[in-house]
Amino acid sequence: MNLKDKKVTIHDMSLRDGMHTMQHQISIEQMKTVARGLDKAGVPLIEVTHGDGLGGNSVNYGFAAFSDEEYLRAVVDVVENAKISALLIPGIGTVDELKMAYDCGIGTIRVATHCTEADVSEQHIQYGRELDLDTVGFLMMAHMISADELLTQAKLMESYGAQCIYCTDSAGFMLPDDVTERISLLRSELNPATEVGFHGHNNLSLGVMNSLAAMEAGAARIDGSAAGFGAGAGNTPLEVLVAVLERMEANTGINLFGLMDVAEDLVYPMADSAARIDRDALTLGYAGVYSSFLLFAKRAEKRYGVSARDILVELGKRRTVGGQEDMIEDIALTMSKEGQL
Amino acid sequence: MTDKIKVAIIGPGNIGTDLLIKALRSEIIEPVWMVGVEEASPGLQRAREFGLKTTAEGVDGMLPTLVEDGVQICFDATSAYVHAENSRKVSELGAAMVDLTPAAIGPYCIPPVNLEQVLAGGANNVNMVTCGGQATIPIVAAVSQVQAVPYGEIIATVAAKSIGPGTRKNIDEFTRTTASAIEKVGGAEKGKAIILVNPAEPPLIMRDTIHCLTAETPDEAKITESVHSMVAKVQQYVPGYRLVNGPVFDGKRVSVFMEVTGLGDFLPTYAGNLDIMTSAALQTGETIARKLQATSVA
Repeated sequence: MNLKDKKVTIHDMSLRDGMHTMQHQISIEQMKTVARGLDKAGVPLIEVTHGDGLGGNSVNYGFAAFSDEEYLRAVVDVVENAKISALLIPGIGTVDELKMAYDCGIGTIRVATHCTEADVSEQHIQYGRELDLDTVGFLMMAHMISADELLTQAKLMESYGAQCIYCTDSAGFMLPDDVTERISLLRSELNPATEVGFHGHNNLSLGVMNSLAAMEAGAARIDGSAAGFGAGAGNTPLEVLVAVLERMEANTGINLFGLMDVAEDLVYPMADSAARIDRDALTLGYAGVYSSFLLFAKRAEKRYGVSARDILVELGKRRTVGGQEDMIEDIALTMSKEGQL
Repeated sequence: MTDKIKVAIIGPGNIGTDLLIKALRSEIIEPVWMVGVEEASPGLQRAREFGLKTTAEGVDGMLPTLVEDGVQICFDATSAYVHAENSRKVSELGAAMVDLTPAAIGPYCIPPVNLEQVLAGGANNVNMVTCGGQATIPIVAAVSQVQAVPYGEIIATVAAKSIGPGTRKNIDEFTRTTASAIEKVGGAEKGKAIILVNPAEPPLIMRDTIHCLTAETPDEAKITESVHSMVAKVQQYVPGYRLVNGPVFDGKRVSVFMEVTGLGDFLPTYAGNLDIMTSAALQTGETIARKLQATSVA
């Protein structure tokens, strides 16, 4: 694989997807410290939002320690070169929250939908463009449909004005060939000015490999997070990806040792235990289940005495999509009733 | 026997057509007009087959004969954008309006919670909130009728095939209108609404989760009784409204998990979201019609 001199924009997720790892309890001080570190190491884009995006604060997804507005205002002030992005999932957040994030000073808005439902993002993508934000369409659980179907949805988002389209492996289920096929098709069929991005989860330990495959197939933006902080077994660990890319002589613009220090000294110490590929996280990748379901399934296991792995497998069978966290307790209750019969 | 009250349905899409099929079975109202904007629309064609008068000129096509045709109630199943004009035009001619769009010009109406109260207030335009609101706000109210609910949250998950382009284009209206009605009708101090669209095949039956946070420790027995009694009230007009799990009590959190199976009138039974909306609208229209009948007899 030749990625020599290939240019890529690395987008850090540790303060958004990593919120899942931390059950949305990252403090303002920690946000500022990590963002400052990432900025100094040359990471160009940093996402800061509740794990489930703007408006994610809820019983269903968990209440964060602070509001999105408090986090965004704090972080925007401490970075010098990096731009801050926010995530918005229509159906959870609205354009009102998008406007709030814009007022806080974000540079990029990423509008996320399930991979087959791009048409719910029209008003949000259009509004992002109206505000002159770098506007990204983020197609989640992209393993659930074929490359052709993904392209159809990507074109919808492009038609609304998205300047970059992501193939998002929310379940950490994709194999490198799945990534290559999807990214290649998006790259060849979308407008050349539209960028293509890839967001991976490390549930099958393929985060780095899949990111390389995506770059080879033409992805210009890659998501990952310092120390791999993210839902499930985490996102692609950025310091590892950057080390590999440096050896392959690709062009990330990031200071590897600086980034390693951020991961080791600032991010890892935030959590009691880092995201790892434990039995349940592996089940996500194996069964194709939305990565943020992990901790909810573990909690349901404790409360209702039903195995988290069984719950996750059942969620996969029912073809649940991102956001259906409410089904976890529901399924656990039903399983525990059935177990008593 | 008293004559049926004549009604018009505006908007021959999924919702309008499902409502038409239900209204044709009504013993109290009689649909006589279907209003659309496209001559070739299958919804208008279907309405003609059922013997209704139709127009593709929007509400303006019906207005000249509205009074002559005896239309006393209109159901608007178009979009929030055109509802205000439709409402103004038909109310000038004295017809009542049941609004199935998220426009919410008139007061929110969730039949088992506040239908009588809304009509007693003399509203000539009532708003049916959203499908998710109809499926969940009765439960929020069931809890808040027992004790104070500072926060009510609902998650409505619907099959991709059951929601049309209008809803998709303006999904924020769903979350805003539902959240606001959780407060105004559900009785929660603060409301939050989430809608999720799932494309699974075969399509999933509408699922609704309701989380309430109570101010004081929840009275489990009273809340459970109140929820069961509310579910029974909704079942009177939506037989497929089913309590799957709960109420679950966890500290001050009360959670209820519902499933809504439709009657399969227009869309298949998975589209419980369609049914709960049209059934609530029909219930509202019939109640208005009964009042009109009572007045005319008197």
